[in-house]
Amino acid sequence: MREISLSQAVNEAIAEEMRRDETVFLLGEDVAEAGTPFKVLSGLVEEFGPQRILDTPISEPGFTGIAVGAAMTGLRPIVDLMFGDFIFLVMDQLCNQAAKTHYMSGGKLTVPMVLRTNLGATRRSAAQHSQSLHALVAHIPGLKVALPSSAYEAKGLLKTAVRDNNPVVIFEDKLMYQDKAPVPEEEYLIPFGQANIVREGRDVTLIGTSSMVQVAEEAADILAGQNISAEVVDPRTIVPLDEATILGSVKKTSRAVVIDEGHQSYGVTAEIASRIAEKAFYHLDAPVQRMGAMDVPIPFSPALEDLTVPTPQSVAERAGAAVRGELFHDA
Amino acid sequence: MKKAENHNAENLLRMYRQMVRIRTFEDIANELYLSAKMPGLTHMYSGQEAVAVGICEALDKTDHITSTHRGHGHCVAKGAEFKEMFSELLGKEEGYCRGKGGSMHIADQDNGNLGANAIVGGSAGIATGAALSARRLGRDSVTVCFFGDGAMGQGLLYEVMNMAALWKLPVIYACENNLYGEYTHMSEMAAGDLKARAEAFGIEAFEVDGQDVLAVNRLAQQLVARARNHEGPFFVTLNTYRYHGHHVGDINRTYYRSKEEEAHWKENRDPITNFGAWLIAEKIAGADDLTSVRETIRQEADEAVEHALGAAYPPATDVGEHVYAD
Ligand SMILES: Cc1ncc(C[n+]2csc(CCOP(=O)(O)OP(=O)(O)O)c2C)c(N)n1
Ligand SMILES: [Mg+2]
Repeated sequence: MREISLSQAVNEAIAEEMRRDETVFLLGEDVAEAGTPFKVLSGLVEEFGPQRILDTPISEPGFTGIAVGAAMTGLRPIVDLMFGDFIFLVMDQLCNQAAKTHYMSGGKLTVPMVLRTNLGATRRSAAQHSQSLHALVAHIPGLKVALPSSAYEAKGLLKTAVRDNNPVVIFEDKLMYQDKAPVPEEEYLIPFGQANIVREGRDVTLIGTSSMVQVAEEAADILAGQNISAEVVDPRTIVPLDEATILGSVKKTSRAVVIDEGHQSYGVTAEIASRIAEKAFYHLDAPVQRMGAMDVPIPFSPALEDLTVPTPQSVAERAGAAVRGELFHDA
Repeated sequence: MKKAENHNAENLLRMYRQMVRIRTFEDIANELYLSAKMPGLTHMYSGQEAVAVGICEALDKTDHITSTHRGHGHCVAKGAEFKEMFSELLGKEEGYCRGKGGSMHIADQDNGNLGANAIVGGSAGIATGAALSARRLGRDSVTVCFFGDGAMGQGLLYEVMNMAALWKLPVIYACENNLYGEYTHMSEMAAGDLKARAEAFGIEAFEVDGQDVLAVNRLAQQLVARARNHEGPFFVTLNTYRYHGHHVGDINRTYYRSKEEEAHWKENRDPITNFGAWLIAEKIAGADDLTSVRETIRQEADEAVEHALGAAYPPATDVGEHVYAD
């Protein structure tokens, strides 16, 4: 199968959906000629013109609000938010407006919009360009949240997002834009709420999201060298969450490590770990482990930044300790 | 350029020196990027020196500024030292922010620089809040809020300008119009007249040639004095140009601006060259004096960057510190 980068996969998904449906359009900063700073959208304005690939001023709440209104009245906007960190600027439009409109209208209005943005540290971009903020929006009922972990996932999930009748926030890992993966030429969609068992294993389940799927896979390689068989599960979407696949895997392996690049406290790892504890407690042989980004603003200095995120080594250590029965509670 | 009014030779030479210090700092920062010695990306201030220097030379050390992602120039102009600045850009412990901020968050509180900001328009509230502090605490200090033409798209700016006008706060909104926000010309991003937006709040607004350090400084001196005298806030558009790409990695730029346009600004409108020529014509300095100023600064900068390159990274224990104040 041909291999393309995550960036090309996103580009293809948008182009295909725009060809399929005239009402789909995209707006954001430097999305047209510049094709975004990450060059994800190069070529789209040439095909679809400036009416459908719409360059905006640096006015995030404004253009997100415009997308909400357009979505309520017949268009299907894709908002391009250059950095995930800017989600703080658009929270009102996203969480008070987009998320609640369908419910508040008694099901009469819909907001079929997609907000594409990114996450991920270790790009030396400091505290306001390195956050992984998906847990914030996952907390708000009415929003769906997708976390692609490869080019293949990015394309399939984005196409599904565009066709969904709800506001969907999709976070791409900004360090992965150039990473290639096999992506079929034929059209495909990846349904929301269906986790992917990336690799099968017996001894421990590593549940990783987005950037942390790769980390989990590398950790599984390290563990294999220690005769520990790790299963890697990628939830793909955290809202909706495929609880059944996660619980099924944990019931099989009896151990779980949940890895996500958001801050560890009050985040995605906490949610998934607590669901496992609630619904698979009697199957567990070790306490469920959570590994998120440290609870600190992401520091600029490489010497510090690299300490803030889980690594294959740290995940393998934690998972290995769980399997060997070395995790003890303080008395 | 008109003859300087409130300027003695020493002040004029200081302005020249400060502009050269910024240019030199940026040249070296760019070299650090190109030789892969600097982590991440950075946004060069080269070309805009007369704005930061013209304004900051009208401020006292106790006056505040807020800065932007393109913030090295503001930082130097407000009094920062090379060693701590290079150390910050390289993520070293000796940096102004102990390596935690980097280029986009560089700050220098001792000299009144409340910090660069990686959120466009993100410092508009901070600057206005600093002006509120000055008023409430009975200080006569003034705050200058630096931001780019692109930040005129941010709603926050209009909320705080409204309050600053209602409450007559000592703040000067300095809009550096370098014609572009990232890869888009400002004419595609801003409807109407920039100044008129401030005027709608009853804020007195001015426009000045941001390549002419004397003109900038003359206006800044007037406005700072008036702001201290409770006549603020003010808004200034400074017309200027950035020489490099949006950031150091933005090399191929012809799809959004022409090489001829860049050459025009560099060859005809350079703030340092033109001010240097004026200093010579007015017999305030000789060509040799200016050459030796530039050489001395380059040498100081080389020493500082050498030091910073060899300096230590922060210890791992630093990562969890400063999340909360004691
Ligand atoms: C809220 C926000 N939106 C977008 C960006 C990405 N961004 C960084 S700089 C920039 C352009 C800013 O233009 P301008 O204010 O004119 O400043 P200049 O770069 O020209 O100095 C953009 C869009 C950001 N940092 N913050
Ligand atoms: Mg600009």
